[in-house]
Amino acid sequence: MTNEPLIVTKDLKKIYAMGPHRLEALAGITLSFDRGEFAGLVGPSGSGKTTLLNILGSLDTPSEGSAVVMGRAIETLTHKEAARLRNRHIGFIFQTFNLLPVYTVYENVEFALLLLGDPPAVRRRKVMAALDWVRLADRARSKPAQLSGGQSQRVAIARAVVKEPDIVLADEPTANLDAENSHNVLQTMERLNGDLGTTFLFATHDPKVMQYLRRKITLVDGRVTSDERTGGRP
Amino acid sequence: MTILKLALKNLLGAGLRTWLNVFVLSLSFVLIIFSQGLLEGMNKQAEEAMIASEIGGGHLQHPAYDPYDPLTLSDAHGPVPPTLAALAASGKAAPVLVVQGTIYPGGRLFMVRVKGIDPGQTAVNLPSSVLAAPLAGDEIPVLIGERMAKMTGLAKGDTFTLQWRDARGTFDARDATVVEIMKTSVQTIDSGQIWVPLARLRDMTGMAGEATFAVLAQDLAAPSALRPAALPSAAEAGGWILRTQDDFLADIRAMVESKTAGSSILYAIFLALAMLAIFDTQVLSIFHRRREMGTLMALGFTRTKVIGLFTLEGMLNGVLAGLVAAVYGIPLLTWMARTGWALPGNTDSYGFAIGERLFPSYSLALVAGTTLLVLLTTTVVSFLPTRRIAKLKPTDALRGRMT
Repeated sequence: MTNEPLIVTKDLKKIYAMGPHRLEALAGITLSFDRGEFAGLVGPSGSGKTTLLNILGSLDTPSEGSAVVMGRAIETLTHKEAARLRNRHIGFIFQTFNLLPVYTVYENVEFALLLLGDPPAVRRRKVMAALDWVRLADRARSKPAQLSGGQSQRVAIARAVVKEPDIVLADEPTANLDAENSHNVLQTMERLNGDLGTTFLFATHDPKVMQYLRRKITLVDGRVTSDERTGGRP
Repeated sequence: MTILKLALKNLLGAGLRTWLNVFVLSLSFVLIIFSQGLLEGMNKQAEEAMIASEIGGGHLQHPAYDPYDPLTLSDAHGPVPPTLAALAASGKAAPVLVVQGTIYPGGRLFMVRVKGIDPGQTAVNLPSSVLAAPLAGDEIPVLIGERMAKMTGLAKGDTFTLQWRDARGTFDARDATVVEIMKTSVQTIDSGQIWVPLARLRDMTGMAGEATFAVLAQDLAAPSALRPAALPSAAEAGGWILRTQDDFLADIRAMVESKTAGSSILYAIFLALAMLAIFDTQVLSIFHRRREMGTLMALGFTRTKVIGLFTLEGMLNGVLAGLVAAVYGIPLLTWMARTGWALPGNTDSYGFAIGERLFPSYSLALVAGTTLLVLLTTTVVSFLPTRRIAKLKPTDALRGRMT
């Protein structure tokens, strides 16, 4: 393991052309994240949190500037290379869980490993371990439709971490959860961050999430207005 | 393997929507095979009936004989060549003498072809043996078909006047009695003709030992390009001309082909209906499942893989339809092939020999060809709407938007 930052962005811009107008979603973001961080992008709606998260997750490309993730410049990646980066190194957690409805909990979690080509015995061990982490081993055969919102998000977390990615990007992971489930989910992620050393990066405006963050980067109108280290949850 | 598994799961997970599509597609499968099988069966049945009752293994014809020109009949007869006579004696050929005649049933007049055939012949499946039965007096025993009986109003046992011209052109007439009315699907041995014993006709016309053509036994059949050793050469046949099975069947095959073209429209309609269902489902599926596509991309799927997944899902509709079609189609089509399909009314309007029941025939080429075509078309139709995915941005897909 090197001391190189896991993610480095330099004067990152994302501009959308909207007819004759230009909408600057990101207006020159320069940031870096080290391995094992539990950080969050916070700010009001439209501040550019999700846009930045999407670029760091190689789901989108910057208009200007650079974003280097795991040593790879996002702006230079082909579709295939970007897909490989996501597949091997990045886990995603979405606000709406995005579980595959026809798969069971076990199969949803296993899916990421199938793409990696892991052998069946290894897959089984990893999936059961991931479900144990999120305390859903007993729901392995359930379909997503049979789960509560909190349980669905925990499955999504298991799916994101089962391949032991370097980075987990979570976009408003608690937006569809009640307070109790939000805390459960956040505690699970905090535990995984501590146990596995996985870097977690959130996009959120939920105060419940903010109290768990150890680093809080505030974005307003596509600009970083503050970048503060906090102690995380007391 | 992952894509195949996911495609199958997505397809089966869609429940009723999938099964409705599969059922519609399977129905097309079965209907296409059935309709094409009917045509194949019609063709096969007509060919078999014509070969059995009329064509045999082919004809050797007097050089002047043109079956489509009645004016040639007065000259189209001659002594049966020795080689042909030997074949006839061994049951391998049946000489037929044809003369123009007139019959007067119930005072009405009908122009007919009077055909003389040996009652003991075995070359063609014609109930000629009934002509051997002795009749009282000097009446001529006559065999006619059902169509001829209907047209003339003649029944078995009826007597009518038959007039003909002999070899010297002299008119003669005598009473004839219908000894049997044969039921045949082959119009060309029935309509406008009466069958009499060959020896009697030769005697009536003063054409001893002569014939117009000879039907060869089926085991002498050969494609026109080949001449088996058993067949007499042109020289041996005294210049008589060989018309093979293929020559005779060319017309009927052309007729079936023209009917096949018509049925292709039906074929295309069945296929189009099924494909419309698949296309519609694919378009809806792509529209409704954008978020799923985004998730797959976030998990590491490339757009090409997503396109592959959706195309495969559509194609699997065809595979499932094939399986479902096999479940109910095989017993249904087998039953139809065994019991046949009762044809309504006068089947002569089809223009060739088919019986009262039509038995569909399903060749391996038909089933394999239809399966391949349906699968191929399903794949293409499934692929077409997925091209939109190629332009889809993962971020838009995750938001449930179409780029």
